[in-house]
Amino acid sequence: MTAVLQIIFDALSLGSLYALGALGIALIFGVMRLVNFAHGDFIAFCVFAMLWPSIDATAVVFAGMLPFYLLIPLLLIIGAALSILSEIIVFRRFRNANPATMMIASFALGFVIRHLLLMLYSSRPKSITLWPGLGLPVDFLGAHIPMLQVVTIVITLAALAVLVLFLKRTRYGLEMRAAADNFTMARMLGVRANGVILLAFAISGMLAAAIGLILATISGTADINMGANVMLIAFIATVIGGLGSVPGAVAGGFIIGAASVVFQATLPHDARVFRDAFVYGAVIVVLLVRPQGLFAPKSAKQRV
Amino acid sequence: MSKRPSVIRQTIMTPILLIVVLLIMATLSYQFGSRAFNRTAVEMFINIMVVVGLYVFVGNSGLLSFGHISFMCLGAYMTAWLAIPPVMKSITLKGLPTWLLHTQLPMWVATPISGVFAALVALVVGRVIMRLSGIAASIATFGLLGVVNNVYSNWDSVTGGQGSIVGIPPTMNVWIGWLGAAVAIAIAYLYATSRSGLALRATRDESVAASASGIDIVRERLIAFVVSAFIIGIAGALYAHFLSIVNPGAFYLRTTFITLSMLVVGGMYSLSGAVTGVVAISVLIEFFRNLEKGISLGTLKVALPNGAQEIAIGIITIVILTYLPAGLTRNREFSWRGWPMLRRLSRPVQTAVKELN
Repeated sequence: MTAVLQIIFDALSLGSLYALGALGIALIFGVMRLVNFAHGDFIAFCVFAMLWPSIDATAVVFAGMLPFYLLIPLLLIIGAALSILSEIIVFRRFRNANPATMMIASFALGFVIRHLLLMLYSSRPKSITLWPGLGLPVDFLGAHIPMLQVVTIVITLAALAVLVLFLKRTRYGLEMRAAADNFTMARMLGVRANGVILLAFAISGMLAAAIGLILATISGTADINMGANVMLIAFIATVIGGLGSVPGAVAGGFIIGAASVVFQATLPHDARVFRDAFVYGAVIVVLLVRPQGLFAPKSAKQRV
Repeated sequence: MSKRPSVIRQTIMTPILLIVVLLIMATLSYQFGSRAFNRTAVEMFINIMVVVGLYVFVGNSGLLSFGHISFMCLGAYMTAWLAIPPVMKSITLKGLPTWLLHTQLPMWVATPISGVFAALVALVVGRVIMRLSGIAASIATFGLLGVVNNVYSNWDSVTGGQGSIVGIPPTMNVWIGWLGAAVAIAIAYLYATSRSGLALRATRDESVAASASGIDIVRERLIAFVVSAFIIGIAGALYAHFLSIVNPGAFYLRTTFITLSMLVVGGMYSLSGAVTGVVAISVLIEFFRNLEKGISLGTLKVALPNGAQEIAIGIITIVILTYLPAGLTRNREFSWRGWPMLRRLSRPVQTAVKELN
């Protein structure tokens, strides 16, 4: 029983991370048809923003020393600002480009950000301690659950709730959903394209910052590659959930998180190192059964 | 009735031009280049093979593939298994079957076998994946990359795990690199002008009309997939001979995206674009690498900080794509007279959008 509970919490917390990432990708894809491969580097950027640039082995914690009620908003603003800047400087020029071209442009942008970070901070992972109290376990029905997992799940659920309220109840949310459904039609009905796209980028950047914070707290290190893995899985999650569908992206994230944890727990010991191969294999199988994704929006059907 | 002009007669200049230009580059590099410069040239030729292989599938089918670097991995490891001296293999790769453990093949034999091996895997995997289209197919190829990388990084007794396998005879030089690139270009050209290649491009531009005309999309895509896997498998084999070590990290995301960038920067729907993209980016990389080392301006020595090379390449890629979204060649082919057929086919951009939507 406790083992099952532990697996459930592992799955939920890992799934939360992937869901937040998938959301950041799905929002931008919805309004722009852009698969943002720079998202992972946005995450890494937000983590490194807590450190003072130096190539020494020991990290000079800078913004990371702030109390949490200042640090969290600051990082969210940094994430949003980076994301908005990249829209204005780069992606705005690709509005009418072929998706492959946009994808490569976003990859090139991520490449630039990553090597900027490498130049400023060197490639060595640096230790960074945020809120050590969160590492302590709490007892929950007899299982030892790290406090951090609970916090991660709660934060994700809260972020999702806020986002759902925003999308369903506010004017801007309505505009964004309309734009994701049919961008041209929405523009004709008076939705300002630039506003909606900037908003989507801002939210996506904040989500990247949130992932960065959670990852840094979990791992206790700042590593240049930390965003890339989440980004890839999140990207796959959006496709499995149905590209362009916001709830689908979240569900996709949780499903992949759960699949990884369950494979990890149930595969025989020798096969455990091949867990990722099983996860990717499962992705291919899911796509073969439902190529348009599990929760594809109706508008995603190809019209002839 | 007037006789239709043959496709080959109209288009044969493109591959010949490309191969001759590359031969001139190889000759110049061999005559005047330093040892290090020649290594860069070989690397460029190998990249040309990979990107031309990518073009065979991506350019003709219009589907973006993230999985082709796994064929490079398959080819490189196959070559490692075949070409490393048995004495070394019995220490590092104990898990190999006995017959493989005792064979050692020269490069000329090991390389085609590696290509065929990659093509066979592509045939099996492709039968499944090619049923998908649009972004689902791209993600499925990505899944293939993930599976291959995960298996090769963890199957320690056969692949040496995360570490490198050493001991592949380093028999590459500029001429073999050129020959490989020339073979790749020739195969890609022959495929693109073949019945299957023309049919596949028809499905890329108008999939509904093409299938209404009796084209079996899955079959044509599978053929392109296998042909491209063969080319990239050979490239992987030559790469193994070039570095004389292989490790799984070399065949993962970084290579995938850099080769895709080269293809898109050059122009993803034309053979000339594939070659141009590689040459352009390789020249840029070499240029900035030299700037990083520093150049003397009179008494002043100017050097860019380390890492500036990658940043500059990224920015230049973005700038090129901003002004030439269809790539440097704008998806056209080089030739003396222009290629009227391709010029008409050179606007499939809309189709790709439709697939994604």
